Amino acid sequence: MLLGANSMRIKLTVNGDEYALEIEPRTTLLDCLRDHLGLKGAHAGCEHGVCGACTVLFDGVAVRSCLIFAPQAEGTPITTIEGITPGPGELSPLQDAFCETHGMQCGYCTPAMILVAHALLADNPNPTRDDIVEAISGNLCRCTGYAQIVEAIALAADRIRGTNRPPEVRK
Amino acid sequence: MSAGPHRFVSTDRRVREDRRFVAGKGRFVADIDLPHTKHVALVTCPYPAARIISIDKRRALAMPGVHYLLDGRELAAATLPLMAGLDTPNVPRRPLAVDTARYSGEWVAAVVADTRALAEDAAEEIDIRYEALPFVLDAEKAIEPGAVLVHAAHGSNVLLDRTFVWGEVENDFAASPRRLSLRVKWGRSSTVPIETFGVVANWDAWRDVLDVYASIQMPKYPDQIAMALQLPASAVRVHYDVDVGGSYGVKRGIKHSVLVSYLTRRLGFPVRLVEDRLENMRGGDAHGPERLFDVDVAFDNNGIVRSMKMRALENVGAYAGRSPFQLGKPIGAIVGPYKIKSVQYRAIAAVTNKTTQDAVRGFGQAPTNLALERAMDEVANTLGLDPLELRRRNMIRREEFPYTIPSGTTYDSGDYHTVVDKVLAHTSYDEIKTERDRLRAEGKLAGIGIAACLEPSGGNASFEPLLNPKNTTTTWMDSCRIDVDLSAAITATMHTSSAGQGHETLVATVIGEVVGRDPDSIRVVRANSLNSLPSNSPVGSRMAIMLGGAAFHAAHKLKAKLMAIGAHDLGIPLERTVYEQGNVHDRAAPEKRCTWEELVAIAHRNFHRLPEGFEPGLAVAHVYQVPTGGTLPTADGRVQMYPCFSFEFHLILLSIDPDLGAPRIVRYRLGHDCGTVINPKIVRGMTMGGIAHGIGAALYEEFAYNEDGQLIAQTFMDYLLPSSHEVPVVEIVHHETPSPHTVLGQKGSGESGYLGAPAAVANAINDAIRPLGISINALPLNVSKLGDLIADARARRGI
Repeated sequence: MLLGANSMRIKLTVNGDEYALEIEPRTTLLDCLRDHLGLKGAHAGCEHGVCGACTVLFDGVAVRSCLIFAPQAEGTPITTIEGITPGPGELSPLQDAFCETHGMQCGYCTPAMILVAHALLADNPNPTRDDIVEAISGNLCRCTGYAQIVEAIALAADRIRGTNRPPEVRK
Repeated sequence: MSAGPHRFVSTDRRVREDRRFVAGKGRFVADIDLPHTKHVALVTCPYPAARIISIDKRRALAMPGVHYLLDGRELAAATLPLMAGLDTPNVPRRPLAVDTARYSGEWVAAVVADTRALAEDAAEEIDIRYEALPFVLDAEKAIEPGAVLVHAAHGSNVLLDRTFVWGEVENDFAASPRRLSLRVKWGRSSTVPIETFGVVANWDAWRDVLDVYASIQMPKYPDQIAMALQLPASAVRVHYDVDVGGSYGVKRGIKHSVLVSYLTRRLGFPVRLVEDRLENMRGGDAHGPERLFDVDVAFDNNGIVRSMKMRALENVGAYAGRSPFQLGKPIGAIVGPYKIKSVQYRAIAAVTNKTTQDAVRGFGQAPTNLALERAMDEVANTLGLDPLELRRRNMIRREEFPYTIPSGTTYDSGDYHTVVDKVLAHTSYDEIKTERDRLRAEGKLAGIGIAACLEPSGGNASFEPLLNPKNTTTTWMDSCRIDVDLSAAITATMHTSSAGQGHETLVATVIGEVVGRDPDSIRVVRANSLNSLPSNSPVGSRMAIMLGGAAFHAAHKLKAKLMAIGAHDLGIPLERTVYEQGNVHDRAAPEKRCTWEELVAIAHRNFHRLPEGFEPGLAVAHVYQVPTGGTLPTADGRVQMYPCFSFEFHLILLSIDPDLGAPRIVRYRLGHDCGTVINPKIVRGMTMGGIAHGIGAALYEEFAYNEDGQLIAQTFMDYLLPSSHEVPVVEIVHHETPSPHTVLGQKGSGESGYLGAPAAVANAINDAIRPLGISINALPLNVSKLGDLIADARARRGI
């Protein structure tokens, strides 16, 4: 890949791993994750900060990786969907709940929805329906009409409370 | 929903595709990294119509990392125009404009560079001189004599103008004591998936094959690429194992695909074009219907609607594509669920200087349903009849099926009155009326909206020969292949890509049901277009019927083979065999049996134990023709459009803040009958998603243009998709009237919800504002439009 003369070196911490990269300063965090780190779970939907398909956790807070330049993420732990997946073939309680209710169709917005839900449940283990609706309201899904997504998050919250364990997020 | 006679079908099973998606391990087109791939960015025309005077490529080509700059002339010299639906040879459509551009955002040139960012940089350095030309945006103006011509060689802006008369329309109008006219407008919107369209193509000159990976949902896609490039289709290998990030009809990037296919052949490396959002909204040719209806209905004093005249004028945008056919598909349900005896239907498709359309969920049915359902409400209002009662009086009764409508299509089955009753058993109509009146007493505008609609499903393409006599297609198949390997595991192959419809789950469930094996043990894979069986694509709410049908018949072939092997091995007549969950035994002596593993082993290893003439191994396939398909339209335009007809009954309560004009859906009930439900989670999701999409089309979404011909809704900040706040809780009441035409009684549900939600919302809003003496019939019924209308009406009344 051809780099401009003004490429720069940065260090990122993603899913607990340290990466040293040489990138163009204008590279978005989304493009950096996908094209430089091979983490394809964050998706480009609008690239202007509305649809939320590119959501990642920025020190635990759900943010749009299309609106952040990669160099701005230096020093802040980033978590992507790959970081909340317990292991190959293993699902977290939230991921499993999304499967249980079929809280998706095409799967394009799904990793972002799950990350937003993780952030919600980390702050609020016992959300009301309104809390859930509010939490995902910045993430567009064209397939589902949201009902089965809301149900997935409520189910996960219920199950996680049952195990008396907070959702696991590797930072 | 009961499991009924089935072991796996209709049970609440998980959707197998979901596991990869929740882990971010879907394989979408933008995830495909072929080594040495170069990237495309597009240069677009800034005018709604312009002559291209010159293209100066020098500065762009001098930039490091820029490999090529393609213009329309070069591409046109090397490729044929894209396939059009109608016979309109003087309206050629090509990936890049040739000398004349016909809408703002039309692609004029393509840059190929090392990265997408570099390609975008270079696109800014291309100097194109234009001469702006006069343009026309409005379809009504476009069809007036003397209008500016979008395609001068075609001689007019009319691509299609055909009038059908089915039955004694004039007599029925003359004999009816009451008549009513209505103008209804469906605004220009679309499905707008969150994933834009993308395609990667790689020409392998050593094997003479073009590999294509695309976010595609399109029948005959490989064939259309091959035709444009003048290659045999055997040189085009489309990989169907690419996950499509939403489509709902519209992911038909044929122009993108021909463009990158040409480039990879010309340049010798893989070429990728993934639209950005702006390209998708403006030049991706993915807009949906923009349709103006004039409806006249003739009825009696009891509210029985006897006849209808409908004129539909479609603004298809700058090029024909497939979109004019969206005027044809609704002919198969032109009277909805009602016993209207005669119909006159005039369908007009006009070109204008707007973005080209493509197929959208329902293929034109949702706009037609809106027009019909608005008319039914107005008939009720005129007579002072309750709109629900009016529908009950006009709906086809259960005992009248199969029911042939005036346009020649026979509806397979239905029980509309029972569905309505079931919805009202959940919430009584009086209760909802009371709630509406309470909201009104609180100072709100409140209304009840009803829509009773059909979802034609099964997707034959009878509208093709109906609207283009040169097209004699009556074949519309789908396929499934099943292999049982030496380990006795089952692998099924399907032959299209999917966009979230759960087809792998469908195939595994149906095969598991027939052969009595656990669906979770059945692998489902996708072929590519060179090793696939003849198939179409998930269009026209067809896959439960068609892919389900193909899987069902293939599974029965497998079962028959196993029974024959078992009978031969047990030394008994075939009639005495009993097949149970993969094992075969003798009815007369149940201890005499062959297990699944033994039968598979015989097929694979013991030719000496196979019946004479038997093919070794266990491989079966079925190519399934669409039920009721196979006949051409009659000379007077009667046709069996689709085989199956699902029914949906929407009942909503909506309130409007009278000061802001902001509508809010307070209650939403849906009665839904799509025959046998194969997977309840999938059907519910489809229906909920369809309702959300329909609410968007009714209230928020519009590709609006300004008077300069510029698209002013081209980001998600201007084109508003419903968020979780805009979609209400919906209570869905199921009913199952099996279809007699399908293998399990299933009908389609891919368009459910969307086909009636806009009509229900429009009817509710009109019920809410009727006390102010106003009505509104132009979608989207957005806050600003409603707010102004209500404010004016209140000012006139001194409220």
